[in-house]
Amino acid sequence: MYSSLILIPFFSVIVLNLPFRTLMKKSAFWVCIALSLIQIFAVLFSPTGSLGNLTEMFFSFLRVDLWIDNLSRIMLLCIGIVLFTAAWVQKELSKDEERQFNFMNVLLLLLAGLNGIVLVRDIFSLYVFLEITAVSSFILIGFNKERDAFEAAFKYIILSVIATALMLTSIGLLLMIAGDTSFATISATLKTSPDKLLAMFAVAIFLCAAFIKGGVMPFHGWLPDAYSASPASVSVILAGVVTKTVGVYTLIRIVYSVFGYSPALTLILLIVGTLSVVLGALAALGQSDFKRMLAYSSISQVGYIVLGLATGSMLGLAGAVFHLFNHSIFKSLLFVNSAAVESSTGTRNMDNLAGLAKKMPVTGTTSILASLSCAGIPPLAGFWSKLLIIVALWMGKFYAFAIIAALASILTLAYFLSLQRRVFFGKLREDLAHIKESGFGFLLSMTILALITIGAGLGFPFILNSFLLPVKTISGG
Amino acid sequence: MTLNIFILLALIAAALWTVMTRSLLRSALGLALTSIILTILMFQLDSPLAAVFELSVCAGLISVLFISTISLSLPLSEQEWMKHMRERMARFWFLPLLLILVAVVLSFMNIKPTIHLPAPDKIQDVRFVMWHLRRFDSMGQIIILLAGVFGVVILFKEKIKK
Repeated sequence: MYSSLILIPFFSVIVLNLPFRTLMKKSAFWVCIALSLIQIFAVLFSPTGSLGNLTEMFFSFLRVDLWIDNLSRIMLLCIGIVLFTAAWVQKELSKDEERQFNFMNVLLLLLAGLNGIVLVRDIFSLYVFLEITAVSSFILIGFNKERDAFEAAFKYIILSVIATALMLTSIGLLLMIAGDTSFATISATLKTSPDKLLAMFAVAIFLCAAFIKGGVMPFHGWLPDAYSASPASVSVILAGVVTKTVGVYTLIRIVYSVFGYSPALTLILLIVGTLSVVLGALAALGQSDFKRMLAYSSISQVGYIVLGLATGSMLGLAGAVFHLFNHSIFKSLLFVNSAAVESSTGTRNMDNLAGLAKKMPVTGTTSILASLSCAGIPPLAGFWSKLLIIVALWMGKFYAFAIIAALASILTLAYFLSLQRRVFFGKLREDLAHIKESGFGFLLSMTILALITIGAGLGFPFILNSFLLPVKTISGG
Repeated sequence: MTLNIFILLALIAAALWTVMTRSLLRSALGLALTSIILTILMFQLDSPLAAVFELSVCAGLISVLFISTISLSLPLSEQEWMKHMRERMARFWFLPLLLILVAVVLSFMNIKPTIHLPAPDKIQDVRFVMWHLRRFDSMGQIIILLAGVFGVVILFKEKIKK
């Protein structure tokens, strides 16, 4: 059944562009909504394990062996939720039928690419689906055809191509060493291979590629421009799932299922994670553009995920995966908030905004919830995931890194309080007296994402035992 | 061996021309030329099917995509063009040095990997690999091409209408 999560979006694009295109234009949005909802329910109510039999039954012609575990399920859930909300945001932002149709087509291709990354268990197939996601992302970033958007898309293309070249070189070397590209074979070979130096080189350049794709410091050059210059709905997708899947998920999967841990790898992850946490937060403090601040905040939060992964312990991995989920949800919520503010006021410059909470109560309230969760305030979901990561760092005897991670939370709180004060609190500016709360699409998206943030925080014990600790069953397939 | 090295040098020259030429159209043609030289190299290395793929997809299809995209895009103004010409290479001064440095480091490392090639009786026909073992990846490549076509149509086509 899970192979249909890749195939149905792809075939939907073909069907939508067949002769009845005019008729199909109206339904493209609903196709996206239906597919994301199907994905959410499929993930919540289906078992884990090999999908080979089902694949054979329905799509035997593809001869592909997919595998799903709890990590994949969490990622597929994020993808379903974020694409659902992004489609609503886009519907709210663009009333032009042709533009909306084009957007939904690319969104469906992106869905196929992201689902493919999560489900495959072969490093070359992973590369193919990373490319589908990258090409779809270039188009979405430049979708508004503005100069800044094209510049951001170009930066992303160049850095993505560098990452791709590194990844492909690494895959070539791994194929040379292992004789196969499946996760399981590479993992087994790396443990016994006499070519330690070559293997280390292959691992190192693959990690660099994943860091570029994930936008972690110091490989983050493309990320702030891409997040801030792209259309609002695309920022939600980029921050919510694209960098999370192509960078962070790939990193977790490859480190845990294929490369395994070594002292050098742990040290690299700890340093890169800490750099991202601290420098991302410091950079966020100095921003006056709403989306740019969120972009730097994303770099900082991804640093926490990398730190959790670096510990190599079950607790650290559970924390990393939970923070991956939480960050996907609350950062999407914050980007929807910024889209709502920009759509109502026409600006993202926080120095030109104030007191919006009175006029936009739902946007204001949900924004506070997301900010507090991101800053790690209990009992919201972000608190639990950061707590797990910091405890795992402490238990792993990485005391300095644990203290830095804890202190960086204060920086996170500082820039989010600054954001709230400048945008939603204080006296309403006279020129903003006429504005109204945003439309239905925004409200629906914000409410759903806020409820998930609260629910994941309150239901933490259940989530920990049902989804997070079983993440240790991550397998190479 | 000598012929292969000559082809390899021609490949590097064509690739450099592709990157350094001032016209987008010439750059696209340079890419096609690079692919053609790579095709010859693949034939030399007994990979005829890979060569055919390289020729049809990279030299053919991709070049057509590039040229159609260039024809749909608007050229820079003269002022922008002059500024672009002045600055375009300055930022890449370190790349040749980096390349030489990497080559020197690698030559000192004396890497001699144990290459795991399949036994002669296990070597499978590339057609079998493409259409049987790697069918799923082939479908992925089709999706990439589809996304590329969408990109050209969405980002460039409307511009000419205006």
